[in-house]
Amino acid sequence: MAAKSIISRPVYGTLSPQPGKHHLFIADAEGALAIIDMAKTAPAGFFDGVEIVFIPGSGRKHVAALEALRPAQFHEAPSFASLLPRLKQTLANAHMGLRLYLAGTEGLIGQAMQVALEAGIDHTSIQTEHRGSLARRMQCVHCKGITENVTTQPATCSHCGLLLLVRDHYSRRLAAFQGVCINAEDRSEIPPMEEIFR
Amino acid sequence: MGITFRKETFRDDFSFRNSPEHIRRFPFPFHEDSYMYAVNIEPHVLGPKGSVLENLIDVDEHYVAEMQDRALVLAEDPLRCQSLPHMTLAGWDLLELLMEQQALGYPEHFTLTRDGDRWRWINRPLGIDDTFTFGDTSTLPYGPMEYITRQSQGDFCILDQRDGNLWMDAGMVTTQADWSLDFDIGMNFFEWHAPVPLAHEKGIFVRALKFLTNIQQGKPARRLNWTMTINPRLDTSPENYHKWGPDRTTVTAENVGDKVHLRVELQSFWRLPRSNGIVFPIRCYLIKMDELVMQPKWARRLHRVIRDLPEELATYKGLTRYRPTLVEWLSKLDDGSPTSPGFGPD
Repeated sequence: MAAKSIISRPVYGTLSPQPGKHHLFIADAEGALAIIDMAKTAPAGFFDGVEIVFIPGSGRKHVAALEALRPAQFHEAPSFASLLPRLKQTLANAHMGLRLYLAGTEGLIGQAMQVALEAGIDHTSIQTEHRGSLARRMQCVHCKGITENVTTQPATCSHCGLLLLVRDHYSRRLAAFQGVCINAEDRSEIPPMEEIFR
Repeated sequence: MGITFRKETFRDDFSFRNSPEHIRRFPFPFHEDSYMYAVNIEPHVLGPKGSVLENLIDVDEHYVAEMQDRALVLAEDPLRCQSLPHMTLAGWDLLELLMEQQALGYPEHFTLTRDGDRWRWINRPLGIDDTFTFGDTSTLPYGPMEYITRQSQGDFCILDQRDGNLWMDAGMVTTQADWSLDFDIGMNFFEWHAPVPLAHEKGIFVRALKFLTNIQQGKPARRLNWTMTINPRLDTSPENYHKWGPDRTTVTAENVGDKVHLRVELQSFWRLPRSNGIVFPIRCYLIKMDELVMQPKWARRLHRVIRDLPEELATYKGLTRYRPTLVEWLSKLDDGSPTSPGFGPD
């Protein structure tokens, strides 16, 4: 789990079954394990109202284990981008009382929450559990480009090339941490790059 | 007799200066010889004639030049002005407030005439004479918030109040001390203040939020905040940090007085009548050290404040690189004699 940080940095919990008839789970990679762990405490018949959308990554690990939970619907997606149209439609057509559960990397949780917020779902009603990589989604405050899967501090903006300090300051609306030029005052100062978000 | 508006710049050749009258009315933010965060909020009531509180919305000699600088910033980066879809009504509230206050305080420069929903707004310094229908966005060249804040000094944040919190859901932010509206829009009070050091632990934001959510219509409040800026640059945004950051390496013993500026924000908080939002104008005043030290009390006090500032605050305010040079320069103006209580010059 992430170390104690500033207030805008998201805090994740542990998935637990919520009251309701319809439950949408969105997970990537090791996020599957959060669903499998939660299933142990789920009431009988819970998965009859469950849709799981899963982005396994390479090797399709955990796909069979999730299917074994026998959710009403199971969808496997190759990437978050490919999932987006389906997710938007599901949320647009959702009835009051749909429960949303997000599990996996911070990037997955953040981006799925961003779509949910746009659909009018309150962020405090969403269950989240972080599993797997701590790699960050970062927005460059200068050029506004998003760099995915940032693991180093500082990190290079994949759009404008500035060397950025990856802050803990986080925007749910952008689903991104803020990156600010680390050597703006004197470009000749090049701090060492360390791999810290693994 | 109206205000004589200066022709000046906040970029490139930095020709911004304060006239002698404006040096005397500068809102010096330190009432004692040291500084620490406090919930320093007080009622925003009229102050003495000739002070920045002579009117509740202050218009000064820098008005025209500041509005030109704002237009340049927006042309480069339209994301400095944003309003989430539910904030249009609050934008109309703000338009009404600023037109009323500017026309009230400066009738020689601004005139508002109302005939039901049909309003006519004359802004003589900027050469504007527009007639529009209040509440009908199609009758203005911009949305209501953008329209009026292109004609009003200071940054403006409009906060939506819900769930016992305040949400930064609209704003015009082009003269900011290093925070990004584009990043922070949509955040609640605690989230957008998250990067501020020390104040969370002191419970400052919990108390401030409680105060702000209880602000009543017709009873605005205010506080002062401060930082320092190298060169009289209004746009010290994080967006452009890589462009203005190098200025901080240019301070020398010879140019301190000309380059280093005290930057004071007069922040006020107003309940908006229709939307129940709160508008939070952040009015920025700049003064170079050479001008500030004309008041010996201010010179002595600023020396003591900057010298004794806790390291975390100095870092957060970006002073680290030039603080020793500045303190050394100010120390020569501090004979150690006592300073009188209160903000004003002796």
